[in-house]
Amino acid sequence: MKTQSSDIGYNSKVEGDVIVTKVDAVINWVRKNSVWPMPMGLACCAIEMMGVAASRFDISRFGMEVMRFSPRQSDCMIVAGTVTYKMAPVVRRIYDQMADPKWVVAMGACASTGGMYRSYATMQGVDRIIPVDVYVSGCPPRPEALLDAMMKLQKKIEREPSFKSLGKETEEKRIWA
Amino acid sequence: MSDLFETLQPRFEGLEPRESSDHPAVQCPVSLILPLVECLRDEFHYEILSDVTAIDWEERSPRFSVVYHFYSVQDCRYLRVVTDCPDDENPAVPSIVALYPGANWHERETFDMFGIRFEGHPDLRRILMWDEYPYYPLRKEFPLAGIETDLPDAEIGEETRAKVLAAPMMGGPFVADTGSPMSKSEPRAKDQSWTEWKKKEALEDGGPEKD
Repeated sequence: MKTQSSDIGYNSKVEGDVIVTKVDAVINWVRKNSVWPMPMGLACCAIEMMGVAASRFDISRFGMEVMRFSPRQSDCMIVAGTVTYKMAPVVRRIYDQMADPKWVVAMGACASTGGMYRSYATMQGVDRIIPVDVYVSGCPPRPEALLDAMMKLQKKIEREPSFKSLGKETEEKRIWA
Repeated sequence: MSDLFETLQPRFEGLEPRESSDHPAVQCPVSLILPLVECLRDEFHYEILSDVTAIDWEERSPRFSVVYHFYSVQDCRYLRVVTDCPDDENPAVPSIVALYPGANWHERETFDMFGIRFEGHPDLRRILMWDEYPYYPLRKEFPLAGIETDLPDAEIGEETRAKVLAAPMMGGPFVADTGSPMSKSEPRAKDQSWTEWKKKEALEDGGPEKD
């Protein structure tokens, strides 16, 4: 048997029970196909996010159907909606409670830039308090747009060094201000 | 309206009619607000308190007015009651939560936005902004963009070095031109010098010029 992936080439006739590959390739392959999202639904974008999880769009095709409302059990925070200054520390604290490795998707105009809420009460982009991996445009974005973002996130996970959370990169990621 | 007002005026000294472009309105001295509201509820069937808000007149004294909107289901009519806060520095009016429990959150919101205290309110805390927020955002002296402040959580603020920042409108407000076709009537600010707007306009007119 030979798989399609060039990273994990396995020919059982030649190699028996041995797989030759790179650690990064295996770990990232596992990670990207079972991202457990943490839905941080703060406004109307959350409704579109529910649409993504429902049958028509079906996020489980990408191995992401396990929406966890506990930060301890999730890898990817989807910030869907307006981040008010009152909510911002809560978002940050929940992000801090997530175990590494972790990713953040800013879904929609509000989470990315504050959107139409240019005011004293709204944080102008959630990237002021947490590092964002993928931004999704739209107000709110179509479910397809979120799926596209998740596929982009999968590509990003694929390219990352798998032990980045042990190394320097995490430190750099933490200090961005 | 005039019937209602003529019935009320002899009973409430100082009650005056108020200019209004829609519903009947009365101006009530702050000392009479509780008996008046009770009378409206019990004798004139104003069962619903639909709104409590306030006005900041800025220059005028008394500076703050509290506005109540009552609705009578039986008679299908609204009544607006306005009362002036006697003190400009620490404005306060009696709370009507005891008469209309629904006033609870309305009064908290008015307190949050204008800093008007409602005496006798069972739980007068901010409702939209966080408790430590130092300003009253709907007062006239508060700039539209906001004022730089610390985040509600000091620990997070220190960790992320993020702050509550003023967000100026950058030439806004953004207004759409109603006369032109939809493709040309996206909301635009008057001053667009900070955006790539000119480039986009070139695209709309048939793409960037090719040299």
